[in-house]
Amino acid sequence: MQDKNTIAEFNAATLDLVNQIIKRYPQGRQKSALLPVLHIAQAENNGWLSADTMDYVASLLGIQPIEVYEVASFYSMFNLQPVGNCVIEVCQTGPCWLNGAEQLLAHFEKRLGIKPGETTPDGKFTLKTVECLAACGNAPVIQVGTEYHEKLTTLKADELLDKWTAENKNSHTNPYL
Amino acid sequence: MAKQILLKNIEVPGLAGFDVYRRLGGYSAVEKALKGYTPDQVTDEVKKSGLKGRGGAGFPAGMKWSFIDKKSDNPRYFVCNFDESEPGTFKDRHIGQLNPHQLIEGMILGSYALGANAAYIYIRGELFYVLNIIEKAINEAYKNGFLGENILGSGYSLNLYCHPGAGAYICGEETALLESLEGKRGNPRIKPPFPAIVGLYGCPTVVNNVETIAALPWIVNNGGEAYAAIGTGASTGTKLISACGHINKPGIYEIELGLPVEEFIYSDEYCGGIRNGNSLKAVVAGGSSVPILPADLILKTAKGEPRLMSYESLAEGGFQTGTMLGSGGFIVMDHTTCIVKNLLTFARFYRHESCGQCSPCREGTGWMEKILMRIEGGQGTMKDINLLTDIAKNIEGNTICPLGDAAAWPVASAIRHFREEFEEHVKLQKCPF
Ligand SMILES: Cc1cc2nc3c(=O)[nH]c(=O)nc-3n(C[C@H](O)[C@H](O)[C@H](O)COP(=O)(O)O)c2cc1C
Ligand code: SF4
Ligand code: FES
Repeated sequence: MQDKNTIAEFNAATLDLVNQIIKRYPQGRQKSALLPVLHIAQAENNGWLSADTMDYVASLLGIQPIEVYEVASFYSMFNLQPVGNCVIEVCQTGPCWLNGAEQLLAHFEKRLGIKPGETTPDGKFTLKTVECLAACGNAPVIQVGTEYHEKLTTLKADELLDKWTAENKNSHTNPYL
Repeated sequence: MAKQILLKNIEVPGLAGFDVYRRLGGYSAVEKALKGYTPDQVTDEVKKSGLKGRGGAGFPAGMKWSFIDKKSDNPRYFVCNFDESEPGTFKDRHIGQLNPHQLIEGMILGSYALGANAAYIYIRGELFYVLNIIEKAINEAYKNGFLGENILGSGYSLNLYCHPGAGAYICGEETALLESLEGKRGNPRIKPPFPAIVGLYGCPTVVNNVETIAALPWIVNNGGEAYAAIGTGASTGTKLISACGHINKPGIYEIELGLPVEEFIYSDEYCGGIRNGNSLKAVVAGGSSVPILPADLILKTAKGEPRLMSYESLAEGGFQTGTMLGSGGFIVMDHTTCIVKNLLTFARFYRHESCGQCSPCREGTGWMEKILMRIEGGQGTMKDINLLTDIAKNIEGNTICPLGDAAAWPVASAIRHFREEFEEHVKLQKCPF
């Protein structure tokens, strides 16, 4: 877990991407780029948005920091607290529940020794529950970074956990890449 | 008749690439429209087609387009609603992932008809990998001259962009979507004014669902009348149904509107029947927001006629005995399902997703979740059941946007049709399942 802001600022390649994104909106409407830029900033800041990170985004877009905070706190994909290297999000809504999501979540809790919202002491995993991921036909479903894992069984979950533990999985990658 | 319009080529390998799409006749509708039709003629074809919006509300697309403010000097925008977050709905992802050029072609046609020179695809943030597929396809469309300046020498120019959300069901509501696209919290706006008059950046805007837009190339190629000839007359064309829950073959099916519900559930062409030979208990036919119906009422109307997969047949009987086609998210439950627990997951969903602007929705969704937790947990009383009905009634119609109604209907309908099951929870002081 990293509670310090690690991006002083974006590197040249990321700045280039951000400037391309800003150009998608009319002149003077650069605030529209806020959600895409926050996604990038969160990925570069170990999966969460610190106050420093948000202030930096505000300065990039020429808007007030409060305009960033109020948006970041509205959307559930943005984490305002530090998270583990690999965030596992388990869908809990009706269709996934009908197909065993509760048992799957219990399995993750047991294997990781944590409850939803918590991070393992070694900082490797955070467990979260989320609402419908629009993949209900392949329930139960989890999301890890930009990856979906569908039709999950406890057996498959174990395989994934073993793999992620071995490779020290980091789910905070720039979503545009 | 299935798979004729939206999913016709969906299994062709490489369809997401420009060359394969083009070889199969892709972008011919853009050529036809930009070379041979005025924008109004494109709108007329869509009007003739009878195409209804596939995002949930079912408003006729051509009519919505005709509301666009043409007197305004402001630029106009066409926006695709790819927020797809209604529980049980997973059809738009299928198109975006496997056939992005069909969506792009539809975006060009709609933008041309509306006189928009910029268009956005607003896609839920969880689906970033689909956004990347679509952006790749957009780049190919630019390279091949179907986007950008002076498309096909017609003088018409269009820029098309993707925009990610960040986890908020409410951003599927079209005015919340526009707020979100402007870089704000997804708080729905008070209507009127409607987006066709005051939309994105205060400019005239039309928002349509992915599936609505993906039907446009076929309509332009084959004519609105040909589209209207498919279906029931009142419900024209085909519809994607995303089927899930306790069926043998969950998945995305293109049906001709008017297909009997019974055939959809039990035939091998579609859902293939209930898992393990179990019996059907209930269906939520159009995404979590629409009223749940017990097996007898989903298969037949209260009048005893076969229920059909169409806007009018599913609505037959009103909310007393009917439901809605909604987004086409078809959730099937077998006899082992606890209706109260299923409802509790929906109640939690709406509490989580309420934007909090209106007190009835903000407070009511929280209360409904808590009371349902109490009943499911074995601490409920008989009074709680009536209290739930009261809360639902007090939310319905008293909010800025329809999320309030969407939260109230599942509760009201579950109690209407499965009251004994709530009472059993109270009597036993535990969940009987
Ligand atoms: C709470 C709420 C959520 C919605 N979510 C979606 C959605 O995810 N996708 C969608 O296309 N429409 C959604 N809608 C409907 C839109 O407001 C709008 O009617 C639709 O995008 C119009 O497109 P259409 O006419 O092509 O269906 C939602 C509406 C509400 C009230
Ligand atoms: S009904 Fe609910 S979601 Fe809609 S504006 Fe009111 S509080 Fe927000
Ligand atoms: S309910 Fe889990 S993906 Fe829809």
